Amino acid sequence: MLFDLAFIWAGLIAFAVLVYVILDGFDLGIGILFPFGRSEKERDLMMNSVAPVWDGNETWLILGGGGLFAVFPLAYAVVMPALYMPIILMLLALIFRGVSFEYRWRTRRWKGVWDMAFFGGSFVAAFCQGIALGALVQGIEVEGRAYAGGWFDWLTPFSVLTGFAVAVGYALLGATWLVLKTEGELHIRMRRFAWYLGAATLGLIGLVSLITPFLEPVYFERWFNLPGSLWSMVVPLLMLGLAWSFFTGLNDGKDLQPFLSALGFFIVSFIGIGISFYPMMVPPSLTIWEAAAPDASLAFALVGAVILVPIILAYTAYAYWVFRGKLDPSEGYH
Amino acid sequence: MLDGLTAETLARLQFAFTVSFHIIFPAFSIGLASYLAVLNALWLKTRDETYLNLFNYWKKIFAVAFGMGVVSGIVMSYQFGTNWSVFSDKAGPIVGPLMAYEVLSAFFLEAGFLGIMLFGRERVGEGLHMFATAMVAVGTLMSATWILAVNSWMQTPQGYALAENGQFVPEDWLAIIFNPSFPYRLVHMVLAAYLTVAFVVAAVSALHLLRDRTDKESRKAFSMAMWMALLVTPIQIVAGDMHGINTLEHQPVKVAAMEGHFDSHGDNQPLALFGIPNEQEGRLDYAIEVPYLGSLILTHTLHEQIAGLNEFPKDEWPPVAIVFFSFRIMVAIGFAMLGLGLWGAWARWRGKLYDAPWLHRAAVLMGPAGFIAVLAGWITTEVGRQPYTVYGLLRTADSLAPVDAPAVAASLMAFVVVYFFIFGAGTFYILRMMNKRPATPRLGLRDGPIRTAGITPAPQVEPDFIPGE
Repeated sequence: MLFDLAFIWAGLIAFAVLVYVILDGFDLGIGILFPFGRSEKERDLMMNSVAPVWDGNETWLILGGGGLFAVFPLAYAVVMPALYMPIILMLLALIFRGVSFEYRWRTRRWKGVWDMAFFGGSFVAAFCQGIALGALVQGIEVEGRAYAGGWFDWLTPFSVLTGFAVAVGYALLGATWLVLKTEGELHIRMRRFAWYLGAATLGLIGLVSLITPFLEPVYFERWFNLPGSLWSMVVPLLMLGLAWSFFTGLNDGKDLQPFLSALGFFIVSFIGIGISFYPMMVPPSLTIWEAAAPDASLAFALVGAVILVPIILAYTAYAYWVFRGKLDPSEGYH
Repeated sequence: MLDGLTAETLARLQFAFTVSFHIIFPAFSIGLASYLAVLNALWLKTRDETYLNLFNYWKKIFAVAFGMGVVSGIVMSYQFGTNWSVFSDKAGPIVGPLMAYEVLSAFFLEAGFLGIMLFGRERVGEGLHMFATAMVAVGTLMSATWILAVNSWMQTPQGYALAENGQFVPEDWLAIIFNPSFPYRLVHMVLAAYLTVAFVVAAVSALHLLRDRTDKESRKAFSMAMWMALLVTPIQIVAGDMHGINTLEHQPVKVAAMEGHFDSHGDNQPLALFGIPNEQEGRLDYAIEVPYLGSLILTHTLHEQIAGLNEFPKDEWPPVAIVFFSFRIMVAIGFAMLGLGLWGAWARWRGKLYDAPWLHRAAVLMGPAGFIAVLAGWITTEVGRQPYTVYGLLRTADSLAPVDAPAVAASLMAFVVVYFFIFGAGTFYILRMMNKRPATPRLGLRDGPIRTAGITPAPQVEPDFIPGE
């Protein structure tokens, strides 16, 4: 059966991860771009543009991890030890960037330290997330109900490539977010940055997409097996359309269009990964159904998700609405 | 320095370290979120600026503490998988959905409304701002409810079946959530969080009263905190007593370790006030005991038999000394809190609540008492349920992930260094804010990341001033 509980939950977890990636993506991207803020005032502004929402954005990461634990405990139990180092590094990095939102305003002497913590934490977290993605795509060795590989299996040229790809992509999201939220010199600079970052992101996405089909025969068949792969062609076509919309938006001086197009890059890439993976939860050996918790767990958790996720989306949207519009540096933002 | 330790010992150390650091922040933010909601409600009701000043003061301290709680909490949600993956696989079908409910119903609520509570009063108006403040408080309480349901199920599991693949499978969710120890643990922890904050507020206000006994905000806050100490401490002691009786019913070995009972004493169980547990010989050395009191406290009768540790196989024992001492620390602090509450009531009755330097000094000294008690209490219950993760069913030793000792050792060292650095700095910033009077117009370097138009009148935008720098 296709639309059973495990399938619905795989979709929900994927949705939570996607929402995390695009929301915390632009937060982390701002951290990655932090050294390019030329004055203290510019850096204040950059941080302020996400200060009221970063907390909620990061909560989607907890839902991704906690949700996986809840409904695919076996996948969680296999993936976490396999990605031990990148995960721990990511957590430590998120600690640094998370506290710098508050600490930075509580000291003058150490402000530079927390600036560095904000940049370093954001970059390392993004890089580790990319590495985790790459390691998952290249496959995780499973024996029985446990991870069977070594401690550095995650470290390959491919995973380093995906690490950079995600970091560059997040920086792109951050740059387009600042195009949307700021005015003046910072705005102009970020518009220029976005152009280069957009080109780099698309190049890296292309490179990763070219390598991926050769990592696993299943991926290859999925993408190059007529007539089924005709459907898969939709993905690169969509990407081309988004690229066009991104660059014309930038050149025509639009504020929102580049940001939405950049989000689109991530969404379409995510769909592409989904096409490669399905029906695997942990490639190449654990399917969605093998990894799923018993139906009693899935059903119980689904009741909560169906009721609460729409409510969460509603008040998250409201919080964004409250803090909408351009940041005004003279507005008494300290 | 970590050579020679097994992956299991290192993983235990790592969990103990990260969870002990983490619990401090929720204990503080559960209590403080409710306090903030009360302060804001009182401000809206009375329009007395004292309440608004107190709200704005504690709000900024809350923001820093909450940030530390969020980042240390994320570590917990991933550590189950990295270090305890066998536990995650087996108990996941039961523990996981409860934690998913915590994320969905509590974490998002807190995070979603926190921004509005901290930065949004002018943007959304007083009514919605009050709503957001209340939602943050409700979120912290919901979070406590779910996570304590999880913890309690691991202590007193029921409502499950064992599947062929070794997983615990849920059979009755209501039985799982409302397991026997859950109500006691929830009440005990929420009251502990409230008391922790009451004593922190008392200490900070007392400090400012010692400097200036006319400080309006500090007088108000000290009075509120002393009422809490007087009224809530006795309730907490009763709740703790009931929790203990519940534990005796379901985890008698833990209670025997808490009490240092090695031998069963028939119908006259003494209460050991002090002693040094000797696990090898199975006895309590240098014991100072009160006859009959053990029976009286644990069974509320003078003549009822309680099983001692020696009646259980040794491989079922928790590390006795840790449980024995941490329990005593918690109880001693509880009674010290009661003492301070009574002292405050006496000073109030004589009309000298704000004019009692020795009371204020004692209150400053007792400021961290709640945190120590919370830690000691959790050590008692968590070390006391060893050697099991799921009590009686899954041993801690069998819960471990297939990790290598060097990997766990490296991450443990990293956590220790980062936590002391990060949370040391955070504690320093919090203490520095606490060192300023509540009515200080600009408390930190700036008031927090976002201020909207009109909150800070232009003349008040003074050059940044930080004491101590």
